[in-house]
Amino acid sequence: MGYVAVKGGQDAIDNAAELVEYYRWRERPQPIETTQVRSQFRLLIDKVMGEGSLYSPEHAALALQQVEGDVFEAAFILRAYRATLQRRFYSDTLNTRDMFVQRRISSAFREIPGGQVLGPTRDYTQRLLDPSLARDTPGIDAFLGEFESRIDRTKLRGVTSFSKVIDLLMSEGLMRRDQYTDEDRRVVDITREAIKFPAPRSARLQMLARAETGGLMCIGYSTMRGYGESHQTVGELRMGTVPVRITDQSGRKRYIGRIKVTEAEMIGRVAVKKKGALPLLSVGYGLCFGQNETKVICMGMLDSALRNPNVNSPGNNQEFVLYHTEGVELYGFTNHLKLPHYVTFQAGLHNLRDVVDRAEKQRGVRAAEFAAVAAAAAATPKPRL
Amino acid sequence: MVEDVKFRASYNFAFIDESTKKEVRRKILKAVCIPGYQVPYSSPEMPISRGWGTGGLHLTLSLIGPRDVFKIIDQGSDASVNACSLRQFVKRMTGCEVTFDTAAATLIQSRHRVPEEILTDKQILVLQVPQPEVLRGVERYEFKTRQMHAEADYAKIWVSLYEAYVRFGTMMRGSGYPIRVNGRYIATPSPIPRWDVPNLSMAHCLYLFGAGREKRIHCIPPYTKVEPLEFEDVLFHVEAFPGIRCAASGEDNAFLDEVYDDEGTRKFVINDSNFLDKVRSGPRPSQRLFTNPD
Repeated sequence: MGYVAVKGGQDAIDNAAELVEYYRWRERPQPIETTQVRSQFRLLIDKVMGEGSLYSPEHAALALQQVEGDVFEAAFILRAYRATLQRRFYSDTLNTRDMFVQRRISSAFREIPGGQVLGPTRDYTQRLLDPSLARDTPGIDAFLGEFESRIDRTKLRGVTSFSKVIDLLMSEGLMRRDQYTDEDRRVVDITREAIKFPAPRSARLQMLARAETGGLMCIGYSTMRGYGESHQTVGELRMGTVPVRITDQSGRKRYIGRIKVTEAEMIGRVAVKKKGALPLLSVGYGLCFGQNETKVICMGMLDSALRNPNVNSPGNNQEFVLYHTEGVELYGFTNHLKLPHYVTFQAGLHNLRDVVDRAEKQRGVRAAEFAAVAAAAAATPKPRL
Repeated sequence: MVEDVKFRASYNFAFIDESTKKEVRRKILKAVCIPGYQVPYSSPEMPISRGWGTGGLHLTLSLIGPRDVFKIIDQGSDASVNACSLRQFVKRMTGCEVTFDTAAATLIQSRHRVPEEILTDKQILVLQVPQPEVLRGVERYEFKTRQMHAEADYAKIWVSLYEAYVRFGTMMRGSGYPIRVNGRYIATPSPIPRWDVPNLSMAHCLYLFGAGREKRIHCIPPYTKVEPLEFEDVLFHVEAFPGIRCAASGEDNAFLDEVYDDEGTRKFVINDSNFLDKVRSGPRPSQRLFTNPD
C-alpha cells in the first residue's frame, strides 16, 4: 500500500546513498587522489573556492572529489563547512598593488607602465579537442626540463609588483577618489547579518564576490546587450598572489600568508547629474579568489550597473542581481521542488475543484433555463403566415 | 605545538557555533516581542540545501538542549525522506531523544502542517518557511514590502483577495493563507493548509517560523490572536471533506490526503501520520476543530 504512514523513509535514504557509491565504483576505477584534483583541476578549484567563500584548495579538492565533480554541490559543501568555523579575525584591507602579478592586461591602452603581461591564459588558443590526451601521457619531465632550462634565474626577482592603470587616469583628473560623494560606504559583513536594501557597496561587492559565475555572467552580459546601457572597457585585469595581514590583539600587524586572486577594474562613464559638471570616468570593481576572469569582469560591470539603479533593466537592479546570483540559495531552492508537496497541492486542488464545480452548476442552471425556454417555444403553436 | 585542526571532523553541540546560536535566540526574542514581524538574522549555511528547511534548523538547533525530545515531520509525515534526513542530522549533532509521538515531543519541527493533536504550553512548533514575505505576490521589492509593513499599508493584498474573489468566486489561496497576527502585522502562516490556520490563534504553544534562504524569523507567541484575512460578507473557509472518511481508519474530521492505488482508485487517508497511528490504536487525541460558516 502506498500510504504515507508507511515508515520506510530512512531505509530509502540509506539505500540511495549506497547506490551512489555503487555507480561510482562499479567499474573498479583507479581512485583519484586529492592532490591530483588540487593540482590538475586548478580552475575548477578556484571556482569552487570563490563560490564556496573559503580559500582552501585542499578542502575544495576534497569537496569536488566527494560529489563527483558537481560544482554547485562542491561550493555548497564548502560554504556549509565554512559556516562551522569561527571567525577569529578580519584581515586588513588587501592591497592589490602589492600583488605578485602572474598576469595583467589592459584593453584601454596599447602600452601600460610595466607592460602587458599575458601570463598563463588559454585566450589565444584554438579550442580544438585534443584526442592525443586519450592515448598518450604527456611527457611532463621532458617538458619541465626544457622549459626551466630557458629561464634566466638571475632575472626572476626583477619586477614583482606594478602600479595600476587607473593611476594614470586619476593623475589626469579623469577619475577621482571622491566622485561618489553620496555613496553608502559602511562596511558590513554579509555572513553575519542579512542584507537590507538599499545595500551599502561593501555588501554588494561581498555578495558579487561569492556569487555563482554563470549567474553573474548571464546578468552581466544582459547589461551589454540592451538591458542597460553599458559597454565597459577592461581598464586592468590582473591575477596573482597578494599578502594577507591581520592585526592581532596587541595591535601588531601579522602576515598570515598569500592568496591568489583575480581583479578587474572596468572603466565606464559616470552619468553627469549636474548641469555644467565635467564628465568623469567610472570604475567598476571585481575581485574573486583564484583565477576566474569571467567572474571578475562581470562583477566589475555589475558593480557599475548597481551604482545606477534602474528598474527597467535587471542588471541595474540591486535586489534582482544580488538575490538571483547567490548560487547556493538558487541551487537549494530550485531543487527543493523535488520534495513532496502533496499537502500544499491538495489545498490548491480544493480551490480549483470548488471553482470548477460552481461553474458547472451555473452552466447546468443556464442549460436548464435554455431548455425550458426552448420547450415553451416548441409547445406554443406557431402562427401561420 | 599548535593543534592541526584543518581536517578535524568534530562539531559543536547542535552544529551551530555558540555565538551564532546566541544571535538567533536574540532574534527569536525580538520576534516574540513583535508578533508577526519578520526579523532579519544571519542565517549561516547549513549542511542541508537552502529551501529544504535551513530556517527551521537554525531555530531548532539554537533552541535545543540535551534533554529535549525532538520530533520532525514533513507534509504531516514522520517518515518522509527529508524529515528522516533532518532527524538523523539533529540526532547526530545533539544526541537528543527523537520521537514520532506528538505528545511526547518538546520541540517539533514541521514543514507545511500543524499537527492535529492539540499542542501544550510545554511545546514549541518550528515551521519551515519558503517565502516569509506575505506581500511578495503583490510587491516584488523587499525594500518596498518592509515599508508597507512599517506603515501597515496592506491595501494591495486586500485588493488581490478581492480580485481573486470576483474572478473565481473564492479567494484562491490554497496553502499559506494570509493571517493578521495580534491585530497588527499581516504574515504568512507558512504553506500550511487552511485547515491548520485556525489552530494558530490563542494556542498554548509557541509557533516559530524560520525562513533560512530569505534570512527571516517570525513568531506567533502563545495566546495570541490570529485572524485569517476575510471580508464581512466573504468569510474564511477551511478545506471541507464532505462525506469522506479515512480509508485506513474509517475516521473523519482530520486533514486528508488524496491517494491513488495501482489501479488508479482514489482514496483518502489522514495526513498526520502520528495522528493516524493514534486514531487507529485509540484513544483518539483531542483536536481543535473549526466549523466553516454557512
